[in-house]
Amino acid sequence: MKAVNEMKLQIESRSVNEAFARAAVAAFAAQLDPNIEDLSDIRTAVSEAVTNCIVHAYPDSVGKIYIWAGIYENGLFKVRIKDKGCGIADIRQAMEPLFTTLGGERAGLGFAVMESFCDKIKVTSKIEKGTVVTLEKIFSGRSATDDRV
Amino acid sequence: MAIKINSSPVRLTVFLSGEIDHHNAAALRLEADEAIQTSSAKNIRFDFADVTFMDSSGIGFILGRYRLAESFGANIEVVNLSGRLYSMMRLAGLEKLVTLKTK
Repeated sequence: MKAVNEMKLQIESRSVNEAFARAAVAAFAAQLDPNIEDLSDIRTAVSEAVTNCIVHAYPDSVGKIYIWAGIYENGLFKVRIKDKGCGIADIRQAMEPLFTTLGGERAGLGFAVMESFCDKIKVTSKIEKGTVVTLEKIFSGRSATDDRV
Repeated sequence: MAIKINSSPVRLTVFLSGEIDHHNAAALRLEADEAIQTSSAKNIRFDFADVTFMDSSGIGFILGRYRLAESFGANIEVVNLSGRLYSMMRLAGLEKLVTLKTK
């Protein structure tokens, strides 16, 4: 399946970029004419994924975060958030609600929030190579291709 | 992100506004903790009426303040939550630790 439209964004893993990343993805998704709930879902899920890159993938350095988003037929929206950071040793454990390696101020809910706000989430990771998180959501607003010219 | 604090002997109210994410939770934490530590109030209320966005960092923020307040024997109320933020906090099981109220 080929995307009807796609975009790529590369940012540095600085926490100040979290707001920029979720706003940029939401602005791109706006052409699907989503309802406010769906748009908030995507903003929140992207914020979680990007925060994971900043906090976990590159804990002591500034690395690159690669974001790709694609719009497909019938309101399907995909976002891929990739890093070349430390990788996740045990993905299943990392995705468990309330599991966190950081304690204190982190709730350990990043993946749980992504799962609850998206229709599908895929995580692949390799130690010392990095992690790729792919989020999929079907927007219930107007169809993706209605106003395509 | 902005924070406004209203303090009385019985209640400390922390008004939050704007977006709560990992980036700005750090500054919020400093301000809120200073207020909690200098207050003698046993009821700490976080007012979310003007919060426009929150991810799981907001849940971590409340959890952290809960632990601090508990050490002073104070309780926490989170009020004026949108339906969305209320569900997120329930997803985290926060209702077992603090009082949650919707708008």
